Amino acid sequence: MKLKSKKVQLQVRFQFNKKIMATKNWPLWEVFVRSKNGLEHRHFGSLHAADAEMALENARDVYTRRNEGVSIWVVESKNITASNPEHNGEMFEPAQDKVYRHPTFYELPDEVKYM
Amino acid sequence: MKNDNLYKYILGIADNSLILGQRLGELCGHGPSLETDIACTNLSLDLLGQVRSYYQYAAKIAGDGRSEDDIAMLRKERDYLNVLLVEQPNTDFAYCMGRQFLFDVYHFMFLNELQKSTDFTLSAIAIKSIKEVSYHQRFSSDWIKRLGDGTEESHLKMQTAIDDLWTYTDELFHQTDADKAMVTEGIGVDITKLKSAYYQKVSDILEEATLKVPESKYFQKGGKQGIHTEHMGFLLAELQYMQRAYPNMEW
Repeated sequence: MKLKSKKVQLQVRFQFNKKIMATKNWPLWEVFVRSKNGLEHRHFGSLHAADAEMALENARDVYTRRNEGVSIWVVESKNITASNPEHNGEMFEPAQDKVYRHPTFYELPDEVKYM
Repeated sequence: MKNDNLYKYILGIADNSLILGQRLGELCGHGPSLETDIACTNLSLDLLGQVRSYYQYAAKIAGDGRSEDDIAMLRKERDYLNVLLVEQPNTDFAYCMGRQFLFDVYHFMFLNELQKSTDFTLSAIAIKSIKEVSYHQRFSSDWIKRLGDGTEESHLKMQTAIDDLWTYTDELFHQTDADKAMVTEGIGVDITKLKSAYYQKVSDILEEATLKVPESKYFQKGGKQGIHTEHMGFLLAELQYMQRAYPNMEW
């Protein structure tokens, strides 16, 4: 039973997206790279690829060739929901005059360097 | 030269990577997409990085005052000992990937054995290079599967490339006198022992890519003796232009 599921997994890995491969304009993918263990993945840029597998390989070649990363995430750009810049007023401005939301009123001991 | 066999053996390995690296470098700015363009030039830079170590070692063995650059850039066509496969032109992307794939599978198996060489420098270069070549193999194999098992057109192009390049595969396993001498000394890899595993691996991937394994039994040879195809002269003209036009130039 175990063997069987492993084989299915292998097949899935090479399910390239033939339909998209055959088109002229491949979809856009966003690339996130973790530059060091312990740090978070950061948005590095975007690239074109026919499927996730190709996006990963492309990301490796385009964004980590100078030893920038230890881990890569890719996500198709259309799957990202972005806030609308026109709504910036109602989205973000109300937070501007609420200084009490910043923990700036505490005295930090000198030993705490990065806050 | 005292170590003539070792010198020629190193050149045989290094020239394969240098010439393939040059071919891949030709794609710089001409790849089918920005991403594959960068990917191919990355492969090229990996290979060029590896050949520097080989040529530095060869220069040391030769001990006649020539530098790594002299050896890499200033030999005549007949003195290059690379296999014919790697000098084949970038006819289209299917040819580029076909050539890469047919070489990568060999290259990986070769370095895997070279790691065990009794020659410390060669084994160190092999250990350092094999990770890069492992990625090359993955990259080119993926493209073989993508194009082979893609559209009718990509399948046709991939099959044509494999059929055409197949005739250059057998030479990978021809032993030169230097090869034989190095195997005897425990320095070199017995490439004849890699042959069946190579064709098995290549056939498996071609099959997965829904491509036919060519049945041709006629194979080209000559590169390892310095007898190259008509493409080699043009390649060298570009490779050597700067050093010939401006001798001893440096960046």
